[in-house]
Amino acid sequence: MGNGLFENVNFRIYGDCGLLVECGDTIDPVINNKVRSITAALEGDPPAGVIEVVPAYRSLLIIYNPSHTTNADLQQQIHDLEAKLTTLEIPEPTVIEIPVCYGGKFGPDIENVAKHHGITEDDVVRCHSEPEYLIYMIGFTPGFPYLGGLPENLHTPRLDTPRLKVPAGTVGIANNQTGIYPVASPGGWQLIGRTPLKLFDLAKKEPFLLKAGAYLKFRPLSPEDFNRLSEASDQ
Amino acid sequence: MKKLLKVIAPGAYTTVQDEGRYGYRQFGIPPTGALDRFSYCVANMLVGNAEGAAVLEFTFTGGAYEILSEADIALTGADLEMTVNGRKTSNWSAFRVRPGDTLTTGQMNSGCRAYLAVTGGIDVPVVMGSRSCYAGAKIGGYQGRALTKGDVIFRSDGDLLGKFRKVSEEWIPHYRSKIILRAIPGPQENHFDKQSIQTFFQSNYAVSPEASRLGYRLTGPVIALREGKPKSIISEPSLPGSVQIPENGQPIILLAEQTVGGYAKIATVLSTDIERVAQLMPGDRVRFESIDLAAAHRIYRQYYEGLENVRQTFEISKQPFYSDSPRSAEVLWQEDPEAFVRKINCCLIQM
Repeated sequence: MGNGLFENVNFRIYGDCGLLVECGDTIDPVINNKVRSITAALEGDPPAGVIEVVPAYRSLLIIYNPSHTTNADLQQQIHDLEAKLTTLEIPEPTVIEIPVCYGGKFGPDIENVAKHHGITEDDVVRCHSEPEYLIYMIGFTPGFPYLGGLPENLHTPRLDTPRLKVPAGTVGIANNQTGIYPVASPGGWQLIGRTPLKLFDLAKKEPFLLKAGAYLKFRPLSPEDFNRLSEASDQ
Repeated sequence: MKKLLKVIAPGAYTTVQDEGRYGYRQFGIPPTGALDRFSYCVANMLVGNAEGAAVLEFTFTGGAYEILSEADIALTGADLEMTVNGRKTSNWSAFRVRPGDTLTTGQMNSGCRAYLAVTGGIDVPVVMGSRSCYAGAKIGGYQGRALTKGDVIFRSDGDLLGKFRKVSEEWIPHYRSKIILRAIPGPQENHFDKQSIQTFFQSNYAVSPEASRLGYRLTGPVIALREGKPKSIISEPSLPGSVQIPENGQPIILLAEQTVGGYAKIATVLSTDIERVAQLMPGDRVRFESIDLAAAHRIYRQYYEGLENVRQTFEISKQPFYSDSPRSAEVLWQEDPEAFVRKINCCLIQM
């Protein structure tokens, strides 16, 4: 159990309508995989009384109606499910490419990050756009991805003073995390670039570009291409 | 669909809300919805709406509105004075308004949030299954935001009442400034030592000015983490009622506009007690009572039986229930609406 994966899931009572199912105690792709397997199975065949299932890094929350099921029944159903888990299939992970225009007005803190590590801005771009990042979970704001796998030589502390407004599409770094602001919001992350894509677009049939379990890869983009793509995504 | 009203003055923070938005938390979309479920449900019952119709949620103040079409209206929740053309109406009862009427609210005597239901329900576009406003992402409600002066609000079609309805006195809640909230320990009670848990359940906490639909920050005795426990946890879903303890040891009761949290949660307020949080004002006091799951589920069942009882015990009358002593709305905001809204906004610091 070196990766912190529990042999059996652990249950926690979470208020009168919630059951928290813990699959492990660390941020780890194997644990997250189990979270998503259980989530997919519950969504495919929802037990009576289940209102909503919310997967996270290492746990999932089941929100239920106590008039229609009990905490004990749900625990039993999860245990049964867990026993069958080895035969459960989850979809082959997809890789979603996110074009990013690094630096300049889109990434005012790229210099901070470079200086912090004694590397050049080009190094930051290369290191940041190299890995495929696992989307562990979505939350905080609509479509905000919690990504794993930021190279260690880019880990940079948050800004001392958060910005009051970070534009939608901005890519940032905070400690060992990297992410994208889907909607304009306040934020204390080091901003290194921006994508012209909309992570959250109500006008689309599928309003969310990203989903937990997929991988995300950043592709460097010139300012000219940014403007071109930006106009295209507005139409 | 009909034009219902035009906003003359919006009140401190007035949004369109319904029973909430479900199924999208995994994409970062919180449930939102009316914070006070009881008042919301009863308001709709009073005007004969089906469950789930959208209402206006008032915070601190209600505002003033010009009525554009005939409708039945009911105001529930906080004890907020309301007049139609200067004549005082009775809360927790239905009455009829006609084009040209002016609806004006006055002082909030107790509580914090009031609910205005109308025939057919407020009509705004349904976004992801709900009409509730989630201002944080500018979705739902009226253009994804709180109402402002000049907005014209529509209502859905619905039948006017044959007879007027009033909630029986025994079911009308009294909002006090010192309350006990029932909460189930966990899910991270093991991050706190025995002493801290005792402190949490035995102390009085004051509601700070940072109290909004996202959550209520409390101030009081500090809750310390157990030695060796990390300052934050691996982020996990939050629920309305989650009581999280950030680094400064001062509890925050999370409410309806948050999906994820990174702090340990010492307890979870019962879903049926969320509405009591919603009626607390800055400066009010709370104490938490520890309760187990079985007891919580008994309370849950009683709560929904109670809601059904409210419907069955309505007083019925051919005439609307106006208050006996008509009085004009001598309210601060009438004299100087902007100054009043500014003053109230100081209390309404979004977290």
